[in-house]
Amino acid sequence: MKPTDIAAPDYFHKVVDCQWACPAHTPVPEYIRLIAGKRFADAYMVNWKSNVFPGVLGRTCDRPCEPACRRGRVEAEPVAICRLKRVAADNKGDVGGRMPAPAPRNGKRVAVIGAGPASLTVARDLLATGYHVTIFEQDPFAGGMIRTQIPRFRLPESVIDEEVGYILALEPELRLGKRVDSLKAVLDEGFDAVFVGCGAPRGRELDVPGRQEAAANIHIGIEWLASVSFGHTTSVGKRVIVLGGGNTAMDCCRSSRRLGGAEVTVVVRSGFEEMKASPWEKEDAMHEGIPIRNFLVPKEVLHDKGKLTGMRFTKVKPEFDAKGRRNLVPTGEADVDIPCDDVLVAIGQENSFPWIERDIGLEFDKWGMPVVDPKTMRSTNPKVFFGGDAAFGPKNIIWAVAHGHEAAVSIDRMCHGLDPAQRPAPGTSLVSQKMGIHEWSYDNDIAADKRHKVPQRDPEETLKDIRVEVELGYDDMLAYKEAERCLNCDVQTVFSAKLCIECDACVDICPMDCITFTADAPEDELRANLMAPAKNASQDIYVANGLKTGRIMAKDEDVCLHCGLCAERCPTGAWDMRKFLLEMTHAGHACRKG
Amino acid sequence: MTYIAKPKFRHPSLPTNALGFTRRDYEGTVSTLCAGCGHDSISAAIIQACFELSLPPHRIAKLSGIGCSSKTPTYFLGASHGFNSVHGRMPSVLTGANLANRELVYLGVSGDGDSASIGLGQFAHAIRRGVNMLYIVENNGVYGLTKGQFSATSDRGSKSKKGVVNTDEPIDLVGMALQLGATFVGRSFSGDKAQLVPLIKAGLLHGGAAFIDCISPCVAFNNHEGSTRSFDYVRAHNEAVNRLDVIPARAEITADYAPGETVDVRQHDGSVIRLKKVAADYDTSDRVGALTYLQRRQEAGEIVTGLLYLDEEPVDLHQSLKTAEKPLNALSDAELCPGAGELAKFNASLR
Repeated sequence: MKPTDIAAPDYFHKVVDCQWACPAHTPVPEYIRLIAGKRFADAYMVNWKSNVFPGVLGRTCDRPCEPACRRGRVEAEPVAICRLKRVAADNKGDVGGRMPAPAPRNGKRVAVIGAGPASLTVARDLLATGYHVTIFEQDPFAGGMIRTQIPRFRLPESVIDEEVGYILALEPELRLGKRVDSLKAVLDEGFDAVFVGCGAPRGRELDVPGRQEAAANIHIGIEWLASVSFGHTTSVGKRVIVLGGGNTAMDCCRSSRRLGGAEVTVVVRSGFEEMKASPWEKEDAMHEGIPIRNFLVPKEVLHDKGKLTGMRFTKVKPEFDAKGRRNLVPTGEADVDIPCDDVLVAIGQENSFPWIERDIGLEFDKWGMPVVDPKTMRSTNPKVFFGGDAAFGPKNIIWAVAHGHEAAVSIDRMCHGLDPAQRPAPGTSLVSQKMGIHEWSYDNDIAADKRHKVPQRDPEETLKDIRVEVELGYDDMLAYKEAERCLNCDVQTVFSAKLCIECDACVDICPMDCITFTADAPEDELRANLMAPAKNASQDIYVANGLKTGRIMAKDEDVCLHCGLCAERCPTGAWDMRKFLLEMTHAGHACRKG
Repeated sequence: MTYIAKPKFRHPSLPTNALGFTRRDYEGTVSTLCAGCGHDSISAAIIQACFELSLPPHRIAKLSGIGCSSKTPTYFLGASHGFNSVHGRMPSVLTGANLANRELVYLGVSGDGDSASIGLGQFAHAIRRGVNMLYIVENNGVYGLTKGQFSATSDRGSKSKKGVVNTDEPIDLVGMALQLGATFVGRSFSGDKAQLVPLIKAGLLHGGAAFIDCISPCVAFNNHEGSTRSFDYVRAHNEAVNRLDVIPARAEITADYAPGETVDVRQHDGSVIRLKKVAADYDTSDRVGALTYLQRRQEAGEIVTGLLYLDEEPVDLHQSLKTAEKPLNALSDAELCPGAGELAKFNASLR
């Protein structure tokens, strides 16, 4: 097998599963160690630089990092990365002094359309490096879906105000409260670049008989949530049906419980397991006494002369065709009627770009989506960039942030006459953590704790007022304990073959049987013949040659605890524990090299 | 040494044995020996061997004397019986324990100081009595705990870390064990687990006095240029006469070697030792031949390893002494104290 090139930035980056999985590539173990050391402000700034909205994301992130977390493969559950982020945000104190000041203007003007997470990320990155940024937003506030769609009991307004505030403090030009009707008109204003981050603003419609007749009590989920958020809607019927299985549906049902809905039911077409909502959001909803009924397809809205009385559903079951595709077919059982006073439709969101002219060199595909390069976020009009839900359809905040960073890099390079297609390399460092004999700069003693639950307020209290935050967040002690569950996967095991005397000490001590000294072989063969077979093909084998006996060292990265015992037991220092820090290159000087 | 305990987490696909244990269940506490010590590899080989044989840990007794090697039983088989004896006196304690309870598996762990110097006589007599045990000497040819003096097994002409040349003849424990009637004799190297683990397994299953001389480099005091116990020296001069597989009793014996390449030796308990010959003319059943061969190869500067001698029908101390079948702790009062009549009869038989 080919020896591993550990100098390639991707190799060790992949070992840090959480960081690799994070669209913004936030250095997770780095900030978790800072939290364990009570350096909350430092932890916050590591996050802020990378993901712009740590306080918001610490409560609402879709957490792609957690399913990737190595702890989940070693023990039962991943580290509660998301909620640790919140701890940093909650305890940081005043970080105003650490924030960048408005930069001297470089003369370039950039328009961003929409004031949601993608747009605000572009604005922050570019403002800090001297651009004049103009933000266009239909609502009278900046924040986008963070403000309009996420209910207050999950995300207090003060957190949004603070984190949006850090960006507004960099002095963008704001054009709030007015919808953009023409992209051409914006381009005609002579901006050097335009970023479209307007989200996926249209909720999918329900198309069943009775929908129109009973329209007064049938609401589109995201519109209803926005109306609740702005205080226009303050009550809902006693019996509510929420259609849909995504996170919006979970927000709708839980909001209903707080606005007078005593009997709230979520109804999904598919099975419970296939629902799009995050498992923890489903759990929270059920915890509030909201049943989720699955395999029911809406058939008809029941009404009495336009007055909504309930909904009728067809019972279905999944069937798989020859190609393995799932179809929902009626079971033939009697239809199910569920009485209700209101229906919330949260069955998906769609993009809609009626305001973008089709004759400005901006191509759309057959689904009506703009053609966007996923690396540069550039459309076919070289001055127009897309990001967030507007680019590739509904995703989540952290993807929007990641798109924003990439678009800002593209815009910055373009405005400096450089090719946006050439992407800047990330900044990396690899530094030994050895402090003394068997002493490391990180805590290498592996905590056996199971995942700690985040304390919640009593439902008695939270169900009464939609503005009362449900989660209390970890206190200092719980945060420390949870942080200690982190395996410090960024502290890498680095092997120097020329120092190795092949004494087997590392092989003998490794608690996870990661290390094998063996004859070289093709990867498939090698994976099967290690101390413990390396069955997880998504995880690399670290191979080093140059040993005296002609064998190779093969280390399966899959379940390495990063406990450093190999390095502690190595008599010659052939193993060393080195911290791999990778920071993405954002807009600014660093991204213009090459 | 290492300050943190070895984490309890283990590889999710780690195999279990017939008892449902993983290899990790045969471990002891974390080693306090120097990093890289050959002894730790021998501990790991013992763990692997006991795991593969599915030995119930509570049916094993591990005994040792004093020294780096004799510290190691703490680092393996944490759920077994253990006895740390006076320096060089492990063989006597082991003999006594074995006489009292023949049902346990006895593992004596010693070093070159413990067995070739202060305990030489003890070593000799336990072997010649045929105590049913596996006696492992972790032989590093140096006094590590006292910082690097030559031991009784250091080769003549080898250099200490400080550059002093050894002028004394070494004691060859393998040669002694052969002469003294050990019925299983092997030599191996801590850096070659593929050879060592099956050798330990075969030794544990052997029904008589089994002896393994295991060369174990001392990384702190005997792993330098001029040493004859360094990793590099042993690797360069290691001449294996055979490789072996141990097939426990009742396991299906499959033939995956061409005839003539391997020899199967059936042990008393029904297990089979399958020898893959490396030196074609080497005969493990020829004790005198083994002695001659070893001395010839030693003269040529080679370190002969592998299973060197095996008596398929060993006679152990219990058979020689015609002791009771049951362990002493399992004998009833009536058996232990058969009454005045039996005593009188016995006395009469001696008159």
